[in-house]
Amino acid sequence: MSSKGTGNIRQANREAIISLVLYGLFFLWWYFSAYGPGDSDPKSYTFVCGFPSWFFYSCIVGYIGVSVLVWVVVRLFFRDIPLDGTEDRKEAAK
Amino acid sequence: MTTPSVNLSMIAPLALYLVAVMGIAIWANRSAAKATTAKGFVEEYFLGSRSMGGFVLAMAIITTYTSASSFIGGPGVAYKMGLGWILLAMIQVPTAFLTLGVLGKRFAIVSRRVGAVTVTDFLRARYKNDIVVVAASTALIVFLMASMLAQFIGGARLFQTITGYPYTVGLVLFGLTVVIYTSVGGFRAVVLTDTVQGIMMILASMAILFAVVHAGGGVANIMKTLQGIDPALITPYGPKNFIAKPFILSFWVLVGFAILGLPQTTHKCMGYRDSKSMHDAMIIGTITVGFLMLVMHLVGTLGRAVIPDIAVGDMAVPTLTMKLMSPFLAGIFIAGPLAAIMSTVDSMLILSSAAIVKDLYLHYVRKDDESTSPSTLSRMSLITTAVIGVIVFVAAMNPPSLLVWINLFAFGGLEAVFLWPTVLGLYWKRANATGAVLSMFVGCGCFFLFSILKIPFFGMHAIVPTIAIAFVAFVLGTFFGKPTDEKTLRTFWDD
Repeated sequence: MSSKGTGNIRQANREAIISLVLYGLFFLWWYFSAYGPGDSDPKSYTFVCGFPSWFFYSCIVGYIGVSVLVWVVVRLFFRDIPLDGTEDRKEAAK
Repeated sequence: MTTPSVNLSMIAPLALYLVAVMGIAIWANRSAAKATTAKGFVEEYFLGSRSMGGFVLAMAIITTYTSASSFIGGPGVAYKMGLGWILLAMIQVPTAFLTLGVLGKRFAIVSRRVGAVTVTDFLRARYKNDIVVVAASTALIVFLMASMLAQFIGGARLFQTITGYPYTVGLVLFGLTVVIYTSVGGFRAVVLTDTVQGIMMILASMAILFAVVHAGGGVANIMKTLQGIDPALITPYGPKNFIAKPFILSFWVLVGFAILGLPQTTHKCMGYRDSKSMHDAMIIGTITVGFLMLVMHLVGTLGRAVIPDIAVGDMAVPTLTMKLMSPFLAGIFIAGPLAAIMSTVDSMLILSSAAIVKDLYLHYVRKDDESTSPSTLSRMSLITTAVIGVIVFVAAMNPPSLLVWINLFAFGGLEAVFLWPTVLGLYWKRANATGAVLSMFVGCGCFFLFSILKIPFFGMHAIVPTIAIAFVAFVLGTFFGKPTDEKTLRTFWDD
């Protein structure tokens, strides 16, 4: 099992960055969907499924949306890479 | 408050549950008994031989992370503050994909290469510095013991409120259960029971939410009632603008990005079997943690419309459970928060034990002697875990105020100590021991100082300036220190 020169570390780095980007996207959605429609007088709120629309979009849609996105991102960008280093590398590490 | 027979029907499902959890631990113990070398035993007892699959990994991470506060404290505040507090709780939805995704495969690969079984092992391999190791171990033991104590107290009080039995009975029942199964079964028992406990938590939270929505006459109706009590309850800001923006945004650090520093969750990122386990866990973990946060906090907020006059927030969930559910169902429900508590304590317990046995004793006293017999080590690990557990258990009988006080700083303190040394160690080639040491001490010191003196930072939580200063300290220290040696670079960055 040789993993030398296969760019596994680069792939792992890429996946970490993708996770951070997804985290950023979730933040933006969370922030703007909550403080957009939520920033007015409660009397003028519109309701979706019984909840104020800001809550419905930020907390319910946001949660479902990010769950779906994690699934998509993992399927599209994440690779199966071996986690065990090669034997000679293990020796070199000692 | 209730007759003994009613109490009994409440205790029965709980007792059954505790027995089942014990059974799992004894089964898990058989794997540890098979280890034939000292190294093999340590990998098994403290990391389950890196064999977690996706579902178990997801459950292990989220149940460790969701504690008494997600079931009692958080919903209690949501009861007082309304929908805005759910918005705050939902910041935690990315917990699983953030921890697994960012530490990612690099963390798993490196920890296999250097044979790291704990986060401290990882730091030792990266920085090769005794101050880093001893400071990390000490912070871990002190903060985790204080946290475990707080979890025990919370659980025993909850048990007392719901069943009417004395505080001590609850403490003995679930406190000893968790100490015994963790000592006997090690990491494998921790994650297997976590999986069962996670499922229990999901079922319990669904049952109580259903009861609340039903009693309130549907969501739309409940929103009207809440608006009648105080219109601020359905805004993102809460009554009296309690959840102001700088405050809520701080939680993107405290329970957001900085959770990458919590050793009890990052520890799990060393223990999965392969890439696929990690991928699955990112998805399952996100779905589960979001579900638990949303449902439990909704119980608090919506519960206000059903029973509007509960004075203490922490009493909201127990009171709703008592009033809305039959004793038998309430007995099943209470297993939810107790499961949340036990699954948090077990991970902390095994980690504290690892800090003493693996990070300190084996390394400094035995000089990593490979010939240490696995049976001696096995006995010693079991005893260490049990002793730490019993100390916390006894302390919870009559909580010492110092430990209760330290607990207030435990969560942020662990983040301040571990965040940058872990993350920068993994991704910044230049990062070195001088930076790590400086960041750990300055970070932890700042967090205590800012919290105790209550220095205001534009309405932000003390963790925000702490993490920023710890970062600066790390970078400064690094530029004064020696560059990373060639060998470490190869171990950490070569394919």
